[in-house]
Amino acid sequence: MISPALLWLLLFFLIPLGIMLVYSFCQRSRYGGVVWDFTINNYLKVSKPIYLKPVLRSFWVATVNTVICLLIGYPAAYYISSRPTVKVKNILLLLIILPLWTNFVVRTYAWMVILREGGVINTILMKLNLIEKPLELLFTKKAVIIGLVYGYLPFMIWPLYVSIEKVDRSFLEAANDLGANRLQTFFRVMLPLTLPGIVAGSILVFIPTLGAFVTPDLLGGAKDMMIGNLIQNQYVKVRNWPFGSALSFILLIIVLALLLLYVRFGGNEETEYGT
Amino acid sequence: MLNESFRSNLVYSGIYVLENVTVQVKDVVKRFGEVVAVDHVSLKIFAGEFFSILGPSGCGKTSLLRLLAGLEEPDSGEIFLDGKLINTTPSYRRDVNMVFQNYALFPHMNVYGNVAFGLRIKKVKKGEIDDRVSKTLELVELSGMGSRKPRQLSGGQQQRVALARALVNEPSVLLLDEPLGALDLKLRKEMQIELKSLQKRLGITFVYVTHDQEEALTMSDRIAVMRSGSIEQLGSPSQIYEEPKTEFVANFIGVSNLFSGYLTNGNGSTLTLTTPDGIEVKVCDGNIKQIGDATVMIRPEKIQISLHKPEDDVNVLCGKIEQVIYLGTVIQLTVDVNGRKLVVLERNYSKAPEFEESQEVFLSWDISSTVILSGSQGNAEKS
Repeated sequence: MISPALLWLLLFFLIPLGIMLVYSFCQRSRYGGVVWDFTINNYLKVSKPIYLKPVLRSFWVATVNTVICLLIGYPAAYYISSRPTVKVKNILLLLIILPLWTNFVVRTYAWMVILREGGVINTILMKLNLIEKPLELLFTKKAVIIGLVYGYLPFMIWPLYVSIEKVDRSFLEAANDLGANRLQTFFRVMLPLTLPGIVAGSILVFIPTLGAFVTPDLLGGAKDMMIGNLIQNQYVKVRNWPFGSALSFILLIIVLALLLLYVRFGGNEETEYGT
Repeated sequence: MLNESFRSNLVYSGIYVLENVTVQVKDVVKRFGEVVAVDHVSLKIFAGEFFSILGPSGCGKTSLLRLLAGLEEPDSGEIFLDGKLINTTPSYRRDVNMVFQNYALFPHMNVYGNVAFGLRIKKVKKGEIDDRVSKTLELVELSGMGSRKPRQLSGGQQQRVALARALVNEPSVLLLDEPLGALDLKLRKEMQIELKSLQKRLGITFVYVTHDQEEALTMSDRIAVMRSGSIEQLGSPSQIYEEPKTEFVANFIGVSNLFSGYLTNGNGSTLTLTTPDGIEVKVCDGNIKQIGDATVMIRPEKIQISLHKPEDDVNVLCGKIEQVIYLGTVIQLTVDVNGRKLVVLERNYSKAPEFEESQEVFLSWDISSTVILSGSQGNAEKS
């Protein structure tokens, strides 16, 4: 019995994935096609520095993005949660979610307008005579991070908000009553109790960032390539589908491994923390 | 037991030093938006006493407790702890600890972690923490449960952890916000006795909030009955029960039979209250000769019920039994007197039922048992 869902999965997910898997062991023909000539070279190729760098860089960028999103997202979520009326909370949450309803590529282009030499930031700073030459903001690592943080912040704020909301305020009062000032209460009670939210938000940011390619492509320079760009290049420019497929599978395996770690160590102890 | 300097605060049961005021509340007001939760309340709580604040939902008792805890700040008035003004002292600096109604045990810590929380904040040495935690757990009969998590404990056990967590800090005053509400009846009664004996042993001042009048009567040295933000009456359990000052207090604590009417001088030392429908009730005049409109009250257990009219100089009314309810230790009878429903409680002396419905009976009671409701005490501090 094949249900529609299973059929869909099969046709549009498993079969294409299977084809890619086969390609990853094939070789590129002279004119960009695929030749069935079994090899594991595509996988071994990744150990070369020129290809390894983007892979490692992706991890680094994903980590930085996650940390920055946390540092900005937690106070933001906390602030929203502490608003006195539900109405205000909902409005603020809506404002956070709203950008997600527009196209990500368009939003990334918008950052180019803001960051480029004749763009918004530089024009304002020059007009105010704070700088003489325009700042080099676009096509830098900074720009990539800015674009990524902007894009992924809602995914960090939302689970954090849910987690913070769930914390019964009487725990905080009890901590106060027992002698903990606000800072101590935060670190000893609030933070541990919102750990599930922190972990969830971190996963929602880290894993997609690993595979990001639009942001580094538009906002980054040649030196800011990430795995996603590498894969994109192999398929579109270099036309080395076997290598591209191998890279894709490596990314897939890394992500699966991370998720497995989470399921094993992160998810199970913390179930319900409410009273 | 707990450390020696604490023992010097010990007060022996029943004989507390009257002038040793631990908590003083002076004309405190607290508003939440339009609602005045605490309306010009003043009181004094003495060292070592078990002080209860009793009242229905919304009367302001929990708000008053939270003001003492420092979880709320008064809009006006003053609060003193051991002689010091603590209005602006935040809760984490007050020598006061609270047992919350829902216990509020930290779910991410085990029992040991919960109980040790306050001590760790104060940076007490590990060895001393171990010592004090285990002694306090022993006190609440939870020895050896240190490594359990709150969700692994029963309601009664959680309640004890909450108690231990507060007590281990040896506060001047322990605040309890309806701590037994979530327990079943039998457990609640056991815990009432345990709490009372614990309080006596430790000599810590307890301020206990409850809506359960029986609970307040059982455990307290003094009770403040609150209604709509003010204290209606403050006194010992027997004072509150035997000499309620208002209808509200008379009805809130126990059951009361009320008669409203006009009080006139009788012969000698008795006054007579005459109700609009002609019932006469005799009252001792006490210290004040009150004449005019008044309400008097007689408790159900003070009334004797019999088939024959009593001869002595007592209050006598006759009526018809409407309902007989068997409560085990007592029999509760509802008697119709001229359309009024009076409640009478008779001790269950013999197995054979003495009274049944529709019987014509005589209700009698000592003149001295009738209580004049002298009006609300307001906020004058009388004990």
